[in-house]
Amino acid sequence: MGDIADELEATVRAAAASGKKLSIVAGGSKSFVGRNVSGERLDVSGHCGILDYQPAELVLTVRAGTKLTEIAQCLEERQQMLPFEPPDFDGKATIGGTLACDMSGPARPWRGSVRDVTLGVTLINGRGQRLRFGGQVLKNVAGYDVSRLQAGAMGTLGVMTEITLRLLPTPAATATVFCEMDSRAAIKRMNELARLPLPISGAAWLGGSLYLRLEGAERAVTGALGKVGPEFQPGDESIWMRIREQSLTFFEGNASLWRFSVASNAGHRIEDQSWLFDWGGAQRWLRGEFEMKYLESLANDLGGQVSLYRHGDRAGEVFHTQAPAMRNLQLRLKNSFDPHGILNAGRMYHGI
Amino acid sequence: MNASVNSPIYDASALATRFREILRSDQIIVDAESKRPYECDALPVYKAMPLLVLAPETTQQIQAINRLCNELKLPVVARGAGTGLSAGALPDKNGVLVSLARLCKIIEIDPEARIARVQPGVRNLAITEAAEEYGLYYAPDPSSQIACSIGGNIAENSGGVHCLKYGLTVHNVLGMEVVTADGEILQVGGCGLDTAGYDFNALFIGSEGLLGIVTEVRVKLLPIPEHARVVMAGFASVLSAGDAVSAVIAAGIIPAGLEMMDGFAIQAAEDFVSAGYPRDASALLLCEVDGSENEVLEHVEHIEKIFHEFGATSCRVSRDEEERALLWKGRKSAFPAVGRISPDYYCMDGTIPRRKIGTVLEAIHRLSDQYGLRIANVFHAGDGNLHPLILFDASVPGELHTAEALGGKILELCVEVGGSITGEHGVGAEKLRYMLTQFNDAELAQFYAIKDAFDPSGMLNPGKGIPTLRQCQEYRSIDASIRT
Ligand SMILES: Cc1cc2nc3c(=O)[nH]c(=O)nc-3n(C[C@H](O)[C@H](O)[C@H](O)COP(=O)(O)OP(=O)(O)OC[C@H]3O[C@@H](n4cnc5c(N)ncnc54)[C@H](O)[C@@H]3O)c2cc1C
Repeated sequence: MGDIADELEATVRAAAASGKKLSIVAGGSKSFVGRNVSGERLDVSGHCGILDYQPAELVLTVRAGTKLTEIAQCLEERQQMLPFEPPDFDGKATIGGTLACDMSGPARPWRGSVRDVTLGVTLINGRGQRLRFGGQVLKNVAGYDVSRLQAGAMGTLGVMTEITLRLLPTPAATATVFCEMDSRAAIKRMNELARLPLPISGAAWLGGSLYLRLEGAERAVTGALGKVGPEFQPGDESIWMRIREQSLTFFEGNASLWRFSVASNAGHRIEDQSWLFDWGGAQRWLRGEFEMKYLESLANDLGGQVSLYRHGDRAGEVFHTQAPAMRNLQLRLKNSFDPHGILNAGRMYHGI
Repeated sequence: MNASVNSPIYDASALATRFREILRSDQIIVDAESKRPYECDALPVYKAMPLLVLAPETTQQIQAINRLCNELKLPVVARGAGTGLSAGALPDKNGVLVSLARLCKIIEIDPEARIARVQPGVRNLAITEAAEEYGLYYAPDPSSQIACSIGGNIAENSGGVHCLKYGLTVHNVLGMEVVTADGEILQVGGCGLDTAGYDFNALFIGSEGLLGIVTEVRVKLLPIPEHARVVMAGFASVLSAGDAVSAVIAAGIIPAGLEMMDGFAIQAAEDFVSAGYPRDASALLLCEVDGSENEVLEHVEHIEKIFHEFGATSCRVSRDEEERALLWKGRKSAFPAVGRISPDYYCMDGTIPRRKIGTVLEAIHRLSDQYGLRIANVFHAGDGNLHPLILFDASVPGELHTAEALGGKILELCVEVGGSITGEHGVGAEKLRYMLTQFNDAELAQFYAIKDAFDPSGMLNPGKGIPTLRQCQEYRSIDASIRT
């Protein structure tokens, strides 16, 4: 437990006055995401602790520097969980960093992302003002949805201090099954299954096999196992943790790691390369050295985007190029929160 | 800091000539009688006649409209189906009203990807109707779903009785095309689950038409649940019903829908649709569970047990689809049902942490006595969204004013217990002054700054959503003069 919001606010205010750039850090587990930034380190990890937990409301309010492992432990006692299954990266990840990087695990297409379950955020904007948006309630349309806007903003709009999240009960039963098939068959099968009312909470293709996870009430899972097809065999449940934590051999080494976020049923291109599919086909990982422009045109064809997720040149652009009108508005929005350009400047795009 | 546009005063027919450069004559309404249906939304205490009503049919026409309005410094108000309950689509008397009603095509249903691409004027229910043949549906189901448009749903982040499990509009939209104030066409989101950069889906959804005009939408479709049943239970008090709701959630069950009505609303709904609601109950719960048949039966048993433990005076489980539809019909027609027993009613839309329901309803009762107006309560109990319906008679001098004052007190109460002044109906023109109850000056200033980034001249839906600094000062001085 620690409350350093006043100090954080004072630091940001001073930086706003002097124009000194700040680089926001909490657990330091995701320094590989986004572009390299310079700036004085602003450590928010000391701002941590669970502020309010209402199990009967399924609502949790925490300081942004709170470790995910601490949150998970607290929720476990009441058989509840963070629905979006975030990676905890050796226990270092914090909830603030998770929201800033919009990180969600294999369950995301079915249980929502961290953005989806964010109900409220308190942040310090680039003027050094501490502001509260959203709240503790599930529904709230008063004013713009500044809370969800923080998802994926990579700390460039504000230093988050408090976050309120919606929770879910932990499913009573879980089952993992797998079946060998090629990537095209896997894409087809994942999309067919997602069209049926089944309690799926994970669908991934790796190493030539399609893995499925079913979760829910005991009877729901047993019933669904009978419907996915007899060719599926019981599989190793820990596969989901290893996909989430990126601890599979697929993720090892220093080759560039590309992330495609595309239509789940988009076709498979450059099949001879090293791929891993998650999110029922909507999130696809690729290893190797490619021209960004080439992969962007591929991603456009597939109805989505690509980013250079990890390794490679992190001084250049790493996220999908935005159309000029979009880029212009993104810059203007950044400026509305951080007119002096002091918060994680350039972490997302050059100038943003 | 932007205020609403300081627009020059135009003559309607001269203005129509300018718009004929970009629209056909039949797309421009000038005469008063034809404009009349557009003078208000479903909160008719706010009325205004726009200079012109425009009915574009393409994105390019909307682009041309925004460009021309930008040049002329003319306010632009978008309108979907006009079912809004916060005067969000209230016209600006010095501006144009842009009706999206003719943009009503379902462009594509991709059953495999489970995505529907539709124009903004498409009715909410029409999406589900088009998707049903593939075993899919669009989840957010506002009670107004036969009429309201998906564009309006985006503007208000609409919910429905099933949003406890399946989310609000913001959880079910993948992307959209937006025409900005200066006439640029933006592609927001896509076919994937996220895009890089700031999440403009999140920003546009719930922004009440203040940041751009939505011209196309991509929504997620979900598989129709295999089986669904609703458990209906009567309770002797709102408090015990509230406790039963918390107990269901604490038992690890996420119902597809969980609704509460108080005695007054039960009577009105029962008179209207004869759904078989227990007339003697002080509170009614409707709790729907869906999933596989086995799973549903397991949950239904569990829920019945909990309801009995918390003192249910009656309990009934729907046996078939027909009965399930009937039980929901009473709830879904609660507003018009209350409308029948009173000349006028005023629908509030506050949200509260669920555990405060008892305290809040008691306080509402006291306020009702104090102001001398009856109140029926309809409550999205699962997600803490309360709809007190204040009954009044507008033909009695002063009663509308009393109803509004009473409504304001209820909203202040919601904020006091940690809730919000609006869960799904929006701020619109109606709740502007209560934004000051929920947000401080610095927070409001951040909202203006966002608005300014998208619409520097303030031409989009002026006077809605976010009070201007000047309005804030005015409200404060009124409040101060009341207090002294
Ligand atoms: C009987 C009744 C029951 C209701 N039940 C519910 C309910 O259960 N849940 C709920 O959430 N709401 C409910 N509502 C409120 C209302 O139906 C919703 O707010 C709905 O989303 C409004 O849609 P509309 O098309 O009628 O929008 P309108 O009323 O026409 O407009 C609403 C707002 O949207 C803006 N807008 C419309 N189209 C666009 C566009 N294309 N681009 C940009 N801005 C646009 C307008 O400017 C305005 O600010 C109910 C209303 C009634 C009358």
